[in-house]
Order: sequence, then C-alpha cells, then structure tokens
Amino acid sequence: MNSRPENLVVAAPDDGIPAGELLMDVRNVSLSFGGVKAITDISFNVRKGEIRAIIGPNGAGKTSMLNVINGFYTPQQGTIVFRGQERRSMKPHHAVRQGIARTFQNVALFKGMSTLDNIMAGRSVLMKRNLFWQMFWHGPALREEIEHREKVEEIIDFLEIEHIRRTPVGKLPYGLQKRVELGRALAMEPSLLLLDEPMAGMNLEEKEDMSRFIIDVNRQRGTTIALIEHDMGVVMDLSDRVVVLDYGKKIADDIPDVVKSDKHVIDAYLGVAH
Amino acid sequence: MEFLNSIFVKPFADMVGAPDFLLQVLWEGLVAGVLYALIALGFVLIYKSSRIFNFAQGIMVVFAALTLVGFHEKGVPALLAVPLTLLVMFILAVAIERAVLRPLVNQPDLILFMATIGITLFLIGFGEIIFGGENKVMITEQLYIPTGSFEFEPFGGFVSIEQKDLTAVIGAVLLVVGLLVFLNRSKMGRAIRALGDDHQAALSVGISLSTIWVLVWFIAGVIALATGIVWGARAGVSFALEVIAFKALPVLMLGGLESVLGAIVGGLAIGVLEKLFEIYWGQPLLGGNTETWFAFVLALVVLLFRPQGLFGEKIIERV
Repeated sequence: MNSRPENLVVAAPDDGIPAGELLMDVRNVSLSFGGVKAITDISFNVRKGEIRAIIGPNGAGKTSMLNVINGFYTPQQGTIVFRGQERRSMKPHHAVRQGIARTFQNVALFKGMSTLDNIMAGRSVLMKRNLFWQMFWHGPALREEIEHREKVEEIIDFLEIEHIRRTPVGKLPYGLQKRVELGRALAMEPSLLLLDEPMAGMNLEEKEDMSRFIIDVNRQRGTTIALIEHDMGVVMDLSDRVVVLDYGKKIADDIPDVVKSDKHVIDAYLGVAH
Repeated sequence: MEFLNSIFVKPFADMVGAPDFLLQVLWEGLVAGVLYALIALGFVLIYKSSRIFNFAQGIMVVFAALTLVGFHEKGVPALLAVPLTLLVMFILAVAIERAVLRPLVNQPDLILFMATIGITLFLIGFGEIIFGGENKVMITEQLYIPTGSFEFEPFGGFVSIEQKDLTAVIGAVLLVVGLLVFLNRSKMGRAIRALGDDHQAALSVGISLSTIWVLVWFIAGVIALATGIVWGARAGVSFALEVIAFKALPVLMLGGLESVLGAIVGGLAIGVLEKLFEIYWGQPLLGGNTETWFAFVLALVVLLFRPQGLFGEKIIERV
C-alpha cells in the first residue's frame, strides 16, 4: 500500500448528528410506474456513520429506492426524513444541497472532460462566488478555485488516480471510471453517500481496492454510506446492517450474520418450490 | 483547353490582376461569415448543453429583431428597447423551458428536434399576429450604428468598407470572446458543458437542469438579437430572414455541432469561400447565384472525409 493521507482534511460535514443517531428515516415509501409496482411500503433507516447495504435479486427495487432517496423519482406514498427534515419529493439538486451524493450502476461521468474536471464538477455546489468574479477569473473566485483544487487533489491522492489526472475519462477502463465517479461523489463532501453497485464488472483486485476505499471513506471521514451490491461476500464484510428487498418489498433488515441465515432471504436468492 | 483554363488559371489571374477587388470580395465574405458564425453559435450552445438541435434559432433571430423594431415603433427609445427586447428573450427562454423542454425531458433527440420545429411554427404565427407580416427597417441609426463607409486605395485600386459592417464584426468578436470566457472559466460554464455530457451525472452533482436550460436559451436569444440587428441592418427585418438559419447548417457540418471554435471558423470559411467562388467561378462559368448552394456542397464534401466535422469532438466509444 502506498502512502495515503491518514487525516483527510475533506471530511464529512458536521451536520450536528452524533454517530449512531438516525441520519435518514425512510417511512412507508411506495413507488409505481403505471401499473408496475417498483417499491411497496418500504421502511428502513440509516444511522450516522454506518455502512448500510441494500441487497436483493434483480428487479427487487434497489436502484428505484436509491432514485427516490436522491430525488430522481417521486414516490406516490411515504416520506423520507433526512437530517431531521421530512419530505416526499425533492429535486435532485436540492438533495445534493442537503448532502446526498451518489454514484451510478452504469457509471455516469462527463466523458469528454478530464478526471480533474469531473471531480471538480462535484465541488460546484460548494462554490459560492458569484458570476461576476468568475467571469474575470480573479480575486475571490480565483482564491476559491485554488482552495477547491487542493481538496480535489487530496481526493485524487486518496483514490490513487494521480496518473490519470488529465485523461478524458471516456478513455479510461471501467474500473478506473468507477473510481473517478466515487471521487466526484466524495468531492461533494456528502453527509450520505449512495453507491449503486460500486463493484459491478470489476475483477477481484479492483474489488479489493474499491472495498478498501469504501472502508477508508467510512472510517477516516466518518461518511455514512448506503450501498447496493450483488457480491454477497463484499456486502457481508463491508456493511454494518443489511436491508433485503424482493419484488419491491422488504423481507429482512438486520446485521449481516442474521440476514445470512434468514429463511426468506435464502428463499429469495435460491428460489423456493411453491 | 479553353474550359480548363477558365477553371484553373483565369480566376487566379484575375485575383492577382485586381488585388483591390479581391480584398473587397474577401471583406464581403468575411462579414457574411461572421453572421453565419453567430447563428451557428446559437445552435452549438444549445446542442452542447442539451443535445437538442434547435431548429428555432433562425426564427429567434427574426423574433428578436421584430421585437426590437416593434418596441421602437411603439415609441420606446431605441436604447431602452434593447434591454426590453432582452427581457422578452428571457421570458421566451423561461416559457420554452417550462412548456416544451421540461415535459419532454428524457425523450429521444428526434422528439426534441420536432419540438423545436413546433416552436418555430409557433413563433412565426405569434410574431405575425403581433408585428404583422410586412417588412420592417432595422433602427440602425437610432442605435448609433454608424452608416458611412471607409474608403481605401490599396494597390492604386479602391476598397470600400461600410462602417456598419465593421461595427458588426467588432460587436460579434466581443460577443464571442465574452461567451468563450464565460463557458471556459465560470462555474455556470462548467455546468453547461457537464450537462451536455451526461444529464444524470449532472443532476447528481447538484446542477439544476431548468436553471441551465433557461440560461442557455437566453444566451441563444442574446445571440439571436445581435444577429438580428446586424442582419436586419443589411437586409431589412422580415420573416424571410429565417432562411439564413439554413445557412448555419453547412457551417455546423463543417465546424462540428459541439465546437464553439468550429462554429466560428466554419462560419468565416463558408462566408469567404462562397463569396470567392461566386465572383471568380460562379458568375463567369455558371451564371451566378451559386451562393445558395455552394455551402451545402462544400459541407457534403467535408462530411465524406470527416463525419464529425472539422472540429467536432472525437467520438469516444468503448465497446
């Protein structure tokens, strides 16, 4: 392992919620598209500082759940309490402002832009200077840009992607793209980081790297993480608590050891004779 | 032999023989090119940020020019009419975002393209109701655009440069420089580029789709007004101006849909080349009026060899 900064300056923002307390509470959320029910009456919560996994077979409604949380979808029923604020629907950019960052199952990056610019884009919400100064690339705007650049460089160091700093991300292999995407989400200094299958399509080595990054982000920065993942080994190792969905319904919600031996979960994954 | 001579030798001999006339032709071509570039720029901006090929850019030019003249006819002083017209263009941008773009978000590109044709037809009808269908005269003098001309006598010949053309070129250059600085240096500019790359990703980093769309359509409206003033000063203001939008198509093919630089270079190149071709080849050999088709043929040839245009972004696709 090469040298990585131990005490990261870019930490999760202090949102006044002590570790272990409720950060987000999903209450009775239902979502349907026309007649298709994607999520039915699901409730679960996420505590500050934990790694929370959402698992389930294909089509269980995991990604839909993430889309509800970060405002891409508006549920027909139910509410979400995040950092003490209750809401049903929210525009994605409001969710970002509230401190929710995410990555995507199929990598959504700005493919024509460099790694640096992509991660920099993650900081755009945190930039405060007005248009006037930006136009002239001067004064407070310049100072601000430099500050943000430093934070971005830190993230680049942390994720060990210095060598691809200037490369357009469209040219990078998939595993590295996933890492850049994580970097962009980290640059937003989120209270809650949503990861949609962070290890999909990776080989063993890449998976180990990614696991290490996820754990480090959680431990060193205290960032709360909710992730979807199909690799059961990874899920059981990484997460503090696991919620299991099947056909849009919650069938289990507990610590990994209990979930592993839950009958409903085994049935859902292995199939059961009716 | 006679024929080959008239294609490959005589035109160049003419150019060298009368350099003052050549300069005049180049200047005229350059001015037309600046206007093509401006229109193409409107297309590029909207395409970059939303992948929409905005068919309505041409009618927006007409609409902006008509609004400006219309305000003046109602007795509004010219210098006040300009900010008022900008306000109208802003309202138009908001209206388009609300009524057209927002409901059609995530639809295929073709549907959005059709929607901009809808906007075009609406603006034609709406414009005619409000401003009437007859030709108007651009309020050139009231806007303090000089109308005289500078005359030079290089090589013992004679070149005349109209001051309003010169104003147009200077104005266009300032507008483009401002735009480039904004796009490349500001957070908003970065957001515009990001949005063009990946909507989902842009949303997830906190970029507001509607804010950026309104902004971009407003900028396109500002460009449309600038184009309208300049073109209107040369050719009058009427709905026939809309066809100049079609001239932007070959410019875009040449320059690539996503490149600001491409739009500028493409516009200038087509303006100059079509003028040269018309004067030295078209009129003596083909009976003139080649300007209507030359640009399209040129674009076709470019497309054969470089499908992404001369400056288009390299298409990166992983398989």
